[in-house]
Amino acid sequence: MCLAIPARILKINGNLALVDMAGVNREADIRMVKNLRVGEYVLIHAGFAIEKVANKDAEETLRLFKEIA
Amino acid sequence: MKFVDEFRKRSIAQGILEKIKRFDSTMVNLMEVCGTHTMVIFKQGLKGMLPENVNLLSGPGCPVCVTSQEDIDKTIDLAKKREVIITTFGDMVRVPGTSSSLEEEKGNGADLRVIYSPGEALKIAKQNPGKKVILIAVGFETTSPVIAASVLDARKEKIENFYIFCSHKLIPPAMKGLLESKEVRIDGFICPGHVSVVIGGNAYRFIADKYNVPCVITGFEPLDVLQSIYMLLKQIKENRAEVEIEYFRAVHPRGNRIAQGLISEVFEVCDVRWRGLGNIPKSGLRLKNDFSKFDAEKEFRPRIKNSKQNPDCVCGDVLRGVKRPTQCKLFKKVCNPEKPYGPCMVSSEGTCAAYYKYGGG
Repeated sequence: MCLAIPARILKINGNLALVDMAGVNREADIRMVKNLRVGEYVLIHAGFAIEKVANKDAEETLRLFKEIA
Repeated sequence: MKFVDEFRKRSIAQGILEKIKRFDSTMVNLMEVCGTHTMVIFKQGLKGMLPENVNLLSGPGCPVCVTSQEDIDKTIDLAKKREVIITTFGDMVRVPGTSSSLEEEKGNGADLRVIYSPGEALKIAKQNPGKKVILIAVGFETTSPVIAASVLDARKEKIENFYIFCSHKLIPPAMKGLLESKEVRIDGFICPGHVSVVIGGNAYRFIADKYNVPCVITGFEPLDVLQSIYMLLKQIKENRAEVEIEYFRAVHPRGNRIAQGLISEVFEVCDVRWRGLGNIPKSGLRLKNDFSKFDAEKEFRPRIKNSKQNPDCVCGDVLRGVKRPTQCKLFKKVCNPEKPYGPCMVSSEGTCAAYYKYGGG
């Protein structure tokens, strides 16, 4: 139930944004995440953005996966 | 899809598994406390890939599953009221109460609507001014800020026919309860990713510091889970107990302060009963006095008597990691997703449903 899906911000209008969620456009409430910009990724849970997903952190995670211990 | 496909590469998984297999430790029990992790582990067959000395246990990570039978019965009683529209997330609908379920009540004429977002419940309230709309609010810290936002919106928009039935629960106190009971040895926690987005990594520090149990906050792709298992094994091997954040692309040590602010504006912490875990101090949320007019329990006073579940159902033991679903007399014989006897078979993220759908793991 704590499912949250990454989505890309397409348009921002106050506390609401239009997001692309796996190819489907949906409206999301973005009051919990400040300073969002079009093109950035957020996690959507029950119609609300709960956090930004940082591009550089995602890339760093992938780099860590590949690191040989 | 970005942030998904890259995290599912088989070749990288093999590399992490090789690292995991290099730990020749004694038997370790690692517990996940998030239903979404349970589903990833089973769906991807991760259990079967791990060496024999790494045992994964599912804990109380499914909000619908841990909802007490009393609360399930109360929602069913609320659904019987003719002036009411019940709005709920889908998983609650088929959970068997003592003598009925929300689904059965719908068959009996109850107005029951499955929603995806609490905003839809507000919309239904506005469209039906002659009815009273109750939102069944179950969920952990990921969901409670979203529900809090809808209560604040209802107040701001002066929606007078909107109520919530509040059964929110908090994850860290449940983890503490499991450790204190000492029923199962837990050597490391695979901590929930999206609960942690809200509460932050620091919320688990007392578990590492006081109980000496390593915690790794984990994302939801198969590679995230494998990497976290590796990180936990490394902590165990090096005799460390710390909170590490594998899912740092979304989780920060202090969490989402705005979401935390929404929770504390609307709710206050209270003691609540969990299925299987009993009464846990300070493990739930209730509406603050300022918001009591939105409280469905106060408005409708749902009545229940002698709440009970099927005596052979072991959902409670499954939720504590004490029993596996395959040790239940009902499992697969009479209990299945079509005819569930307990919530762990109903919910899409219940442990019994995972065993049923994907096998022993």
